[in-house]
Amino acid sequence: MSILLSGVTLPDGSRADLGIRDGVFVAPGDLTGATVIDGDGLRALPGLVDLHTHLREPGFEQSETVLTGSRAAAAGGFTAVHAMANTSPVQDTAGVVEQVASLGEQHGYVTVRPVGAVTIGLAGERLSEIGAMARSRAAVRVFSDDGKCVHDALLMRRALEYVKTFDGVVAQHAQEPRLTEGAQMNESALASELGLVGWPAVAEEAIIARDVLLAQGAGARLHVCHVSTAGSVDVVRWAKARGIAVTAEVTPHHLLLTEDEASGYDARFKVNPPLRRREDVEALRAALADGTIDIVATDHAPHPVESKEAAWAEASFGMVGLESALSIVQHTMVDTGLLDWAGVARVLSTAPAAIGRVTGYDAPLAVGAPAHVTLVDPAATRTFGVEHLRGRSVNSPYLGRELPGRVVATVHRGVPTVLDGELRDPDAVAAEGEAARG
Amino acid sequence: MRHLLSTRDLSRDDAIGILDVAEDMADVARRAVPKLPTLQGRTVANLFFEDSTRTRLSFEAAAKRLSADVITLSAKGSSVQKGEGLKDTVQTIAAMGVDAVVIRHGASGAARTLADGGWIDAAVVNAGDGTHEHPTQGLLDAYTMRKARHGDASRGRDLEGIRVVIVGDILHSRVARSNVWLLKTLGADVTLVAPATLLPTGVGTWPVTVMHDLDDALAAKPDVVMMLRIQSERMHAAFFPNEREYSREWGLDDARFSRLGPDTMVMHPGPMIRGLEISAAAADSARSLVLDQVTNGVSIRMAVLYLVLTGAAA
Repeated sequence: MSILLSGVTLPDGSRADLGIRDGVFVAPGDLTGATVIDGDGLRALPGLVDLHTHLREPGFEQSETVLTGSRAAAAGGFTAVHAMANTSPVQDTAGVVEQVASLGEQHGYVTVRPVGAVTIGLAGERLSEIGAMARSRAAVRVFSDDGKCVHDALLMRRALEYVKTFDGVVAQHAQEPRLTEGAQMNESALASELGLVGWPAVAEEAIIARDVLLAQGAGARLHVCHVSTAGSVDVVRWAKARGIAVTAEVTPHHLLLTEDEASGYDARFKVNPPLRRREDVEALRAALADGTIDIVATDHAPHPVESKEAAWAEASFGMVGLESALSIVQHTMVDTGLLDWAGVARVLSTAPAAIGRVTGYDAPLAVGAPAHVTLVDPAATRTFGVEHLRGRSVNSPYLGRELPGRVVATVHRGVPTVLDGELRDPDAVAAEGEAARG
Repeated sequence: MRHLLSTRDLSRDDAIGILDVAEDMADVARRAVPKLPTLQGRTVANLFFEDSTRTRLSFEAAAKRLSADVITLSAKGSSVQKGEGLKDTVQTIAAMGVDAVVIRHGASGAARTLADGGWIDAAVVNAGDGTHEHPTQGLLDAYTMRKARHGDASRGRDLEGIRVVIVGDILHSRVARSNVWLLKTLGADVTLVAPATLLPTGVGTWPVTVMHDLDDALAAKPDVVMMLRIQSERMHAAFFPNEREYSREWGLDDARFSRLGPDTMVMHPGPMIRGLEISAAAADSARSLVLDQVTNGVSIRMAVLYLVLTGAAA
């Protein structure tokens, strides 16, 4: 199958034609009889890579499955996602991660890279079979107990050392558990007024400070999930200045929303770590712009309606984010002048791919490289609604908001998964994906 | 008035309006037959997801004095314990034909979620939600202070110039929050006294004076001393070392009580733990308004049910 993307605008602002054949980029002149996609006015980005996705399968299929989550990802312009380990059974053995990876392969919308649990059952007591998961067909490189913090200092030290053995990275959910018992929202005057138990910034910052020093001692890579406070940014900046191999992510919602959203007790805005102050949002944007924070990751966390239609304290933490991530990044970073589109390509594609050791993203859009590409219309605006959500759950905090940008096409390994802004049929995507793999 | 969810969003006129209606309701209680036909044929559901005896009984008495029918759900042994969610429980009760829902719930914001959720049409009265608010308690406290200060000339008046000291576990207290907002709206001066562990984050932004030393606070001869209940499980979570030390530092013991001015009102939302936050002598003294608070609670709740069920302006 051949595709010609004609006259697209590349991340650096130049115009070009992009040719795709047999799953890789080829010189446009070499194509014959290609399907032509008019790229006039569209920005071509390397396929987006999410380092932090909850696909919920196996175990929580009422919220999301590998298929529905893959479709949500493709609709948002993603070509690879990292599926977090808090499934049931937990992704703590080679068998489970291989199953998840192969489901992703079979559906073909995105490359599904399972994340392995650091500890058995996410219990924070004993290391899981990290080596077996790394050597499995899933070739796991990112290990995380996300949802829970590896809070035992000795265990975290061992995990950093052991994961290093397999060129992996520990992605830490930084949350000191004792300081956040029963926590419901950012600790603040607003939380006190609302009578909601506060989640203090120090609970995140103290763990990051400890972990960067442990990583330095171990000579290991550390990745910090969903950084949410200005103080955390300071710690990461300090660690990077010391040459510590730490990377950090921020979620789209922490780039846009503040704790004020909690004031009506609408549980769609309940998330962990919680929405913070305006000053934190500003610090996170600045840190993403200057590279202190390396990437944007969605923390896409689907939940069924009933777990959000509840009193705040009884509702689940988390929000879906795959379908809206690029729009939020454009809105908060590009339209504000903080980041150009080359920067977007870095924080949403090449940098997360490098952290996750996802191959095929180091020479984006170049002839010979795997054809992962996203076409976005930055001039479009839309009132974001449930019709824009393509996963199984609708717990988006952006419903009813005017958002810029629209994903027009997504191509995963040469196979179009989204065309004219619409997801393609699952059977066609699966069949073409299988053919492309040979 | 459509709902009563908090004192925070009551205007001065609204608040005084409720207190004045409560005056009328108190007059009813003094009649030979202390009952009005006003809410005949209306049904009030008391949904108590959290245990409470006094507040539940007070709302029941209030509804019955207005001739409303009352149905009561207590969490223990109910469908709530079987895992039914708030939405289903409330919709089930509402489907039985209910005009007002009085809700006590352990989760902050539960009453607001009920009022905003579009699940039911009934009026919602917050009878205490988590550590957020307990607005009828705030109102009955304000009523009690106004009555003690102005007697039969209370109608139409606010609490201008009254100095109130609230002592104890402010952090976990919905009573303290409802009092702080309402007393401020009514013009009173409020001082909070507690160890730093039992004060909420950001209390500095509240319209109050914050002190740690109870003796200093009492030396200023306040008009009202309101003692809050201290829950002994708090000391296990390291909020304070033990009951003895708490009592010594922040209890209204006999010595502190004897130094109060002759007109100082002693209040407590109950249930009291004598010997811990308040001495028996203080609780039983003529200056103690604890039982007045209970009596006035019925008048306030009659007023609130009347206002939300008739849609009248406060």
